[in-house]
Amino acid sequence: MEAVADDTANTATDDPVVRRLADQVRTASGASSALRIRGGGTKDFYGGEPTGAPLDTSELRGISSYEPTEMVLTARAGTPLSEIEAALAEHNQHLAFEPPRFGPSGTVGGMLAAGLAGPSRAWVGGVRDFVLGASLLNGRGELLRFGGQVMKNVAGFDVSRVLAGSLGVLGVICEVSLKVPPVPARSATLRFSFDQAQAIERVQAWAGAALPVNASVWRDGTLHLRLAGAKAAVLEAVATLRRTCGAKALDDEEAAVLWGALRDQLDPFFQVPAMTAGLRLWRLSVPANSAPLALEGEMLIEWGGAQRWLRSSTAPEAVHAAATRVGGHAALFRCARRETDFLPPLSAELERLHRSLKASFDPHNVFNRGRLYSWL
Amino acid sequence: MQDSKIESATTPADTGLAVLPDPASPLPIDDLRAATAEVVRQEQVLAALAAELPARSLLYRQEDTVAYECDGLTAYRQKPMIVALPESEEQVSAVLRVCHALQVPVVARGAGTGLSGGALPHKAGVTLSLARLNRILHVDPVARTALVECGVRNLAISDAVAPLGLYYAPDPSSQIACTIGGNVAENSGGVHCLKYGLTLHNVLRVQGFSVTGAAVEFGSLALDSPGLDLLPLVVGSEGMLAVVTRVTVRLTPKPKLARCIMASFASVEAAGDAVAGVIAAGIIPAGLELMDKPMTIAVESFVGAGYDLDAAAILLCESDGTPAEVDEEIAHMRVVLERCGATRLEVSENEAQRLRFWSGRKNAFPASGRISPDYMCMDSTIPRKRLAQMLRAIEAMESTYKLRCVNVFHAGDGNLHPLILYDANDPDQLHRCERFGADILETSIRMGGSITGEHGVGVEKLSSMCVQFSPQERAQMLGVKHAFDPQGLLNPGKSIPSLQRCAEYGRMHVHKGVLPFADLPRF
Repeated sequence: MEAVADDTANTATDDPVVRRLADQVRTASGASSALRIRGGGTKDFYGGEPTGAPLDTSELRGISSYEPTEMVLTARAGTPLSEIEAALAEHNQHLAFEPPRFGPSGTVGGMLAAGLAGPSRAWVGGVRDFVLGASLLNGRGELLRFGGQVMKNVAGFDVSRVLAGSLGVLGVICEVSLKVPPVPARSATLRFSFDQAQAIERVQAWAGAALPVNASVWRDGTLHLRLAGAKAAVLEAVATLRRTCGAKALDDEEAAVLWGALRDQLDPFFQVPAMTAGLRLWRLSVPANSAPLALEGEMLIEWGGAQRWLRSSTAPEAVHAAATRVGGHAALFRCARRETDFLPPLSAELERLHRSLKASFDPHNVFNRGRLYSWL
Repeated sequence: MQDSKIESATTPADTGLAVLPDPASPLPIDDLRAATAEVVRQEQVLAALAAELPARSLLYRQEDTVAYECDGLTAYRQKPMIVALPESEEQVSAVLRVCHALQVPVVARGAGTGLSGGALPHKAGVTLSLARLNRILHVDPVARTALVECGVRNLAISDAVAPLGLYYAPDPSSQIACTIGGNVAENSGGVHCLKYGLTLHNVLRVQGFSVTGAAVEFGSLALDSPGLDLLPLVVGSEGMLAVVTRVTVRLTPKPKLARCIMASFASVEAAGDAVAGVIAAGIIPAGLELMDKPMTIAVESFVGAGYDLDAAAILLCESDGTPAEVDEEIAHMRVVLERCGATRLEVSENEAQRLRFWSGRKNAFPASGRISPDYMCMDSTIPRKRLAQMLRAIEAMESTYKLRCVNVFHAGDGNLHPLILYDANDPDQLHRCERFGADILETSIRMGGSITGEHGVGVEKLSSMCVQFSPQERAQMLGVKHAFDPQGLLNPGKSIPSLQRCAEYGRMHVHKGVLPFADLPRF
């Protein structure tokens, strides 16, 4: 590669916190020592065991800009999600993909790095789909900005969206710009009695018939369906489903509790007590219309069938195999002790790409070693 | 489209493209040697490809390869060494394998409708035409997905699934001709992006081959895949990272009804405020388009749709969904637009009328072709609030560069398409037009926007990339390129400028006494 002709333009930052983090990165890089990037620390349980000296982003705090008429919010990575959601609520806008909050200190940087989305994901899109731009410190301590603050932008490679779910292996996320759409005018939640196969089939059919489906969850023979959109569309759909499928409507408070507990995993279903060796919580991401998976354990199904949670002591190989068989994958979400990679292995070509991309962003392998894969 | 030929449009160091003979050129004997070497090389590559592909799939005579010398950006032309037209994915893999072994650049090409020169051939390269991979392989009406080969036309997908009440939402204006593979390469948009997203948001999985010819896939039929999500990197990568041969697209249920409001405004400021007003009211229109007065006059004489010729700007604001939903939204939109000072407002009462409202917008390009020998279509994005300011800035540039410009605008997305009118037969006009275009792009950056919303960088906007991104950012992008394609064989010289090229571009700016945007506000 040619010599860098101008090393000051745009990359210099006046932000003392970013400068301090960049210094920490360069020092670690020089010594090839490991850093674990940490915001609110609410997702330490997720992915591989964090290792290395902490690099704390919580001081990198605050909403940098928010213009409701642009539908864009930009915040520094350590800004608590709660602060962002409160600001959005004032203008009747929201994070439509409902990122889970595993505690009050969760940050927007952690949200992007984890790439997890909540009940509405199958219908509104995931974290990546709402990312417009981001800045990050790479392993050389350079502050890089990708994407932007506009709705459409195809200049250069879209690195900002790749950060969604990257678990910090490419760099330290410093700032994030998100598309923040309006809260739907109306929502309503209905309850049905269906077995698993019926529930999967029905939700697919309704979504295909252009009903304003916005979330679904099935467990123990009960399906809850959330509709959201224009008032007329929601009321029409509620009337139709009550008439044809014997649906029962939940009141707004009941509905808020149901979806909130699901989004933030407050339900005991999602907890794995440290004492219960062998019990694991799996997240299976599969094609939505896959038939019920023959796996031992308790199943909770979201996203019309595309996200299936399994609480089970079944051997990991069997769970991975069942998900792979239908064209999806299984991720070990919570367990008492982390022993293996939480994700299944990649194809040889994708593994090669992961290694070479990591080497390009983080040549001294400083960031979040082993968090995404033990070999990365 | 403009019809000029600038063979030396980009520097040879970047692209390996042909240049006009230099007056101080080497001795004829050296020319002869070079020409002989080219012929020997062509024969060598041709022989290796002929072992993998039938003769009908290889073009190498100039009279055959000339059809591939440009894409939709006709100002840049270059004949490739060889054109390969594989008929199967195995053959695509074989072409890549051969080219990798012989270190030959490969430029993938769909329908060649791109507007930034992304498919401009490489002088010493193989143009890999994927047009023959044009089968729709599978449609799943329940999951609402379609598995299609890369050469299937965008509109052909919607046509094929129309009987199921479904369609493929992204609708670039070239949708009748452009291929889904090209849409993936450019992350194409259209007039419905604000509500329905770009190509990335409507694609679940792409499958194809890496530069070595090894099979690779990004994304899956599930909503996420293990590891880094590389789909957003590959979608929009302009053929620089991999060759995509199969795409699994998401299909959308066709709305039962669509209605459109056509609203007139007495100033572009009022129209800009109305756009912000619609968004602030919590409405996401299915389409929100703006035309300025000169554009309206041009299209009205072309289509005769009854546009308001007194308006400084016209907004088209569309709602789709169930009849009740559309009625509710149209009523809401009407209130907002009237409050924002609409001087005239019409709501389509039937499909014929709706299409008539749109006819001018859809014919903006041919209408411009009627009022000027040539036009150059720009594509940049800005924050919506800057819309009026940008139109004023363009007005000022019209006097600076002494050329006219008409404007259409995907207002909902902040994506502008100024059409600069010029005569390509006048070299000075072409030169002024290029400077006019660069000025628009760099003004967009200063306003917090981007040099391209949906047309891509290609070769057209390489210099502007130097302004939008820092050397470190560009070096990191080149690092990404290197991770996928270490030898730089896939579409070399496009999309990401070399650091050297930007250094030269920067010096050029400084030489004119202007610092290259030292005070650039960046997010």
